[in-house]
Amino acid sequence: MVHEWALAESIILYIKQQGYVNIKKLRVCIGVLQSIDKEILNYALRELAEEYGVKLDKVELVDEYPLLKCNVCGFMWSINPSEISDDVREAIHFIPEAIYAYYKCPRCGSLDYSIVKGRGISEISVDVHE
Amino acid sequence: MMFMSDPRLLRALKTLSKIKRVYLVLSSKGGVGKSTIATLIAFYASSRGVPSGLLDLDFVNPSTHVILGLRVEDIKYIEEKGVIPHRIGLLSYFTIVAYTRDLPLALSGENARNALRELLSIVNWDNLELLLIDTPPGISDEQLELIYALRGVIKPLLITTPSRLAWHSVSKLIELLRGAGYEELYLVENMGNGELRYLVEKQGVKYLGYVPYIKQIEDSIGDLNKLLQLNVRANIDELVSKLLV
Repeated sequence: MVHEWALAESIILYIKQQGYVNIKKLRVCIGVLQSIDKEILNYALRELAEEYGVKLDKVELVDEYPLLKCNVCGFMWSINPSEISDDVREAIHFIPEAIYAYYKCPRCGSLDYSIVKGRGISEISVDVHE
Repeated sequence: MMFMSDPRLLRALKTLSKIKRVYLVLSSKGGVGKSTIATLIAFYASSRGVPSGLLDLDFVNPSTHVILGLRVEDIKYIEEKGVIPHRIGLLSYFTIVAYTRDLPLALSGENARNALRELLSIVNWDNLELLLIDTPPGISDEQLELIYALRGVIKPLLITTPSRLAWHSVSKLIELLRGAGYEELYLVENMGNGELRYLVEKQGVKYLGYVPYIKQIEDSIGDLNKLLQLNVRANIDELVSKLLV
């Protein structure tokens, strides 16, 4: 089982800590930059929910596309992970900030840019049973 | 239970809390030999049969792999419900350079915080007796993140030289840690002869000992056999024993 398991465990621990144990729908936004395998994440969420005593009916995993912004020239751009070489994509998969070792602002060449969105897991929300 | 705003911190705390002793190796002053001491303590402990870990969280200037003589391509992690660190005998080792190929990595505060949280939440440390977390020098975002987010599972291990400037800087770190609620603080005097003991103990910090300056360390960097034969081995072994109590 790959490292999606660790991400899933963080999510389940979080929703349990918030006091939600009977969930109609769990919605998680996933940054495309991290190339998370949604099938595996879905499986891990369900397995871990059972392990932690959380009833989980439906899981919705929503893609969030990457948007980067240069803090020097203000340029905004996106990166399609499928166009990144396998080894760099794998590095970003584990630690998205590894991107700063490989990419600069395409306009001014600065390393001082921000990942505005689409980095990794960004939003977790739940609908609960009454 | 303390509420965390970031789910990743919950798993990080869960994972780290399984380890018997986790020391956050800190120094507000650079160049005091923090990474060298952290690496030697973890490596010597593992060579004594103690399952130990070394986590390099200095993203900008990671150096522990250089001390251990590991080329980037030699560092191998295993994916299993997270990431299992590289192994050198009984030493579990993790550094970001396996992902960055040791290329320059300049991270602003928020990015460093995200990288820290991600890394702490995905690495699985199994059955360790001792984990040393090496940090970058200074008191900024990374240190604050670790000091505040990992309260309850880490013990601060301060490194300083007898230099007045270094001690002045570390004194402020001690004050900061006290303010953050840390009662137990440990300190190692590096490149010294014990002259700091009085000042350290006066501040209520546990003085673990000193490691004298020897040129041999520089010549031994990158060679595990040479590292095991350092003239300061007895000093480091004494630190290991005290940290394992």
